[in-house]
Amino acid sequence: MDINYFLLMRQEIVLLAIALFLLATEVFVPKNKKESLIHLAILLFAVHTLLGFFFNKTGELFGGMFRTTELIDLFKTILNIAVLLVLLQATDWIKDKVLRDNRGVEFFVLLFSSLLGMYFLVSAGDFLMMYLGIELSTLPVAALAAYEIAKRTSSEAGIKLIFSAALASGITLFGISMIYATNGSIFFDDISTTLEASNLTILGLVLMTAGLGFKISLVPFHFWTADVYEGSPISIASYLSVVSKGAAVFILLILLFSVFDPLMEIWRPMIYTIAVATMFLGNLFALRQQNMKRFLAFSSIAQAGFILLGIIAGTPTGMATVIYFVLIYIFSNLAAFGVVQAIDVKTGKERINDYEGLYRTNPKLSLVMMLALFSLAGIPPVAGFFGKFFLFTAAASEGFYFLVFLGVVNVTISLYYYLLVIRAMFLRKSENPIPYFKSGSYIRIALVLCVLGILALGIYSPVYEYINELSLAF
Amino acid sequence: MMYPYVLLIPLIPLAVFLLLGLFNQKIKPEVSGYIGVGGLLISTILAAITAFEYFITTGKVDGAYEPYVFKTVWMHFSETLHIDMGYLLDPISVMMLIVVSVVSLMVHIYSRGYMKGDQGYTKFFAFLSLFSFSMYGLVLATNLFQIYIFWELVGVSSYLLIGYYYTKESAVAAAKKAFIVTRFADLGFLIGILIIGYYTGTYDFEMLTDPEGSAILSWATTSFMGLSVLTWGLILIFIGGAGKSAMFPLHIWLPDAMEGPTPVSALIHAATMVVAGIYLVARLFPMYYFVEDGFALQVVAYVGAFSALFAALIAITQNDIKRVLAYSTMSQLGYMMLGLGVSGYEGAEGLGYMASMFHLFTHAMFKALLFLCAGSVIHAVHSNYLKDMGSLRKYMPVTHITFLVAALAISGIPPFSGFFSKDEILVAAFEQNKLIYVVGVVVAALTAFYMFRIYFGIFWGKTPGYEKTPHESPTSMTVPLIILALLSAGAGFIPFSEYVTADRMGFEAHLNYPLALIASAVGIIGIAAAWIFYKKENPLPDRMANSLGKLYIWTYHKFYIDEIYLFVTKKILFKRISGPFAKFDKKYVDGTMVGIGNSTVSTSEKIKGIQSGKVQDYALAFIAGAVILGILFIYLWK
Repeated sequence: MDINYFLLMRQEIVLLAIALFLLATEVFVPKNKKESLIHLAILLFAVHTLLGFFFNKTGELFGGMFRTTELIDLFKTILNIAVLLVLLQATDWIKDKVLRDNRGVEFFVLLFSSLLGMYFLVSAGDFLMMYLGIELSTLPVAALAAYEIAKRTSSEAGIKLIFSAALASGITLFGISMIYATNGSIFFDDISTTLEASNLTILGLVLMTAGLGFKISLVPFHFWTADVYEGSPISIASYLSVVSKGAAVFILLILLFSVFDPLMEIWRPMIYTIAVATMFLGNLFALRQQNMKRFLAFSSIAQAGFILLGIIAGTPTGMATVIYFVLIYIFSNLAAFGVVQAIDVKTGKERINDYEGLYRTNPKLSLVMMLALFSLAGIPPVAGFFGKFFLFTAAASEGFYFLVFLGVVNVTISLYYYLLVIRAMFLRKSENPIPYFKSGSYIRIALVLCVLGILALGIYSPVYEYINELSLAF
Repeated sequence: MMYPYVLLIPLIPLAVFLLLGLFNQKIKPEVSGYIGVGGLLISTILAAITAFEYFITTGKVDGAYEPYVFKTVWMHFSETLHIDMGYLLDPISVMMLIVVSVVSLMVHIYSRGYMKGDQGYTKFFAFLSLFSFSMYGLVLATNLFQIYIFWELVGVSSYLLIGYYYTKESAVAAAKKAFIVTRFADLGFLIGILIIGYYTGTYDFEMLTDPEGSAILSWATTSFMGLSVLTWGLILIFIGGAGKSAMFPLHIWLPDAMEGPTPVSALIHAATMVVAGIYLVARLFPMYYFVEDGFALQVVAYVGAFSALFAALIAITQNDIKRVLAYSTMSQLGYMMLGLGVSGYEGAEGLGYMASMFHLFTHAMFKALLFLCAGSVIHAVHSNYLKDMGSLRKYMPVTHITFLVAALAISGIPPFSGFFSKDEILVAAFEQNKLIYVVGVVVAALTAFYMFRIYFGIFWGKTPGYEKTPHESPTSMTVPLIILALLSAGAGFIPFSEYVTADRMGFEAHLNYPLALIASAVGIIGIAAAWIFYKKENPLPDRMANSLGKLYIWTYHKFYIDEIYLFVTKKILFKRISGPFAKFDKKYVDGTMVGIGNSTVSTSEKIKGIQSGKVQDYALAFIAGAVILGILFIYLWK
């Protein structure tokens, strides 16, 4: 037993320590000083995120149940960055709405627990650890979705999430049992050597994909998304849309590329079907939304459909493009959610019509929103374009031309509804625009970071090259 | 690194954009005008230096203009497939630098007068600079990927400029239409890039366009549905170009885009953005020519010829002068495409290519001038419609003369610039394809006719009751007009064939006198026809008629001939040919595009009910989905 064992799990250990520390500290902080806890939590988490870049170790623990590599560390770091941005954006909301009820710290503790679950999820070396990870990452979020107890829709969101999640994890477990029944092992490495196509294994594959598809919001496992996003606090909606989705994409990558690699000829058409359904349905639903949160919910479903284009390639390049896209998507989507949140906290407005004339009163916010939407729509030269372009290249290089064609058609459809918001902000006048306001400094930092990410990630190529290098080694 | 200052040409407008965009509120409008003009002036000077160095002093090596490429590897995929950023100097890109600089500078100067007092003066100049930056980037791109990025940036900035009058509902709709239609076309472009990148293993223009290079020679290896995949790729790329260059049936955004401020129309819809498609085809010309014996090039030729004719017929019936100019632009762009389509590659065989580029150059000058003149007229009478104009020559002498120069140039009357470039295109077409040649001649006649129709309509004829006496525009607007008029008149004498040719070797072009005679004759016939109808169509007030005496009677006698002409044109040409064309355009071409949009929206409306809000329904869908997928794939596997 030496320090290296601890370094293998250092991200988990540090995060858990932070959560427990916050829980303990709260007791000693007087009621009128609770605000300092926010600063403390953010400071600690920022340090944790920074530390994540160092001391990478490769190895296994607990007989192979837990493993970590440089790539898995990168996954965790990407999730950390996303959570940090979510936290920064949530500060105004916590100060205004949550601290008054004397319930500030639970927010952080629950969020960190959920993130801890995701760490275990991506580090899993067998199905048991993976399942525990899924559960640990979902249950706290259900509590968070219902966090605004005074609001009926918030409780509704919590209930809907927990019911749907229970169903999804049940189905995942069912799928796992089939794989276990045919292979006699739950370890990823063992299964990939013995796995053969049979009725049971295919059903296992489908059910497990369904369970993860729930977290990624793939059609037809996506129905909870819009209702939950709309009802829950915006921070939680953004957390679900980037962090939760990102983690599930990463584990899906690992599963399909290693465990289910022998079944590639079967999962490719499956992913194909789901990708087409997800892109089209997500886009068509997004077209008519009036509420910004629902709008972003459906847009995030459509984006998940695009991610599948990289997965279907089944090559290391495909994997690199998916990771790269998720990273860019985090910055773009959080920029959009950040603006929605900033406006919601100050004015309570969240309909697209309310955004009319925003450029006149809040030019900076509208510029951030425009960049975010351009990135989501994939318009060069912002990063989103590169993300999509590489996904398409990956799929095209494996001969999926028709799928790429459908993808590009969907990019065009999505452009239409993203432009609706931009039009409302820039090209429309309103009798009653959202008045000028100033957001808290944390939100502003978060938005600046998002903008930097959107602008730099596409143009600064070492990022992609680093990811590509790690994927090749996978 | 030679020509290091070339980097500054796009970067200065970018800096101006950032400066004006970020400090929108803090900069005084007058100052922002000066900043915009000053920035572009520097770029223009640098472009001129580049052109001088490239064409005159250093560019020519062993009788050919060697392309000069400066690039850095930006994203690395494999040894051959990587994405670079940099700039490429070769005859067409240097020529385009000049075109973009000159027109953009003129539009900047002109806008200082035209947009005076407008609320978003600074914003306008910021957008103009953004557009110039994007256009420079597009022109200088070294590879397909880079050109695509700037291609889209150009689209974004033109969206902002067309929708500039954002309080006008129609302007906003037009901006959206332009953006989405061209994006729709870009769908083809993007897939084309992917196909070409994948099958040739490179995005680089130098490697793609080397006639003996592996990229072009590989066309025979893979085919799809009877054609080489590279041909498919090129056709798809052409679709992208057709979207930007308003080729049938993707032209529908161009007339609507006239809702933007007139200087914007001059810059974007006459001289720069709309020629991007032409430029793209010219850029990849060796591929178009050599891959599968030029099949894709045939497509380019026919689409170009058809668009030229189609648009010219519609232009005759329009009463909004900017729309006439818009259709005229589409028609002339068709001409350029046609020129490329009938061109060969080596030496004098590449006449079509050279003529097309030549026409691009001259057209940029005289069409920008026409638009700016139209802007000057609109500025004076506050209307776009011919019915509100007339006799303006008395009030606006400078606008009148400059418009006349441009109209003569576009009609192909010697010695104005349009004559030379148009004539070369017709010669090239005559040698390659007689059908296309005939179309070209008909279009030439129609062009002269509709152009002089509006010329007489604006500057001669009736004097409508002007509320305020129209007056000549301020100096900031007339100076660009005069400069552009000089260029439109004189640009034809540039020995273009020595500089800009398909194989970059240069050759000596000669006038083909019989064909030149035909071309200028049909131009003169068109003008004469317009003169007969429109100069006198609205009889001058009686007093004028009486004082003119004999002339009046003479006109009276001509009137009889007019009737015949009127019958032929109005009853047959307008009603039976031009009318249906316009209707077809409105109803089917436009209708199809609108239909696609509407059906998407209605589908979206119909499926909304699926999202019921009940968790049990969601669970049902979830399980049903999983079961169906399971059954489906077990069955498929078996």
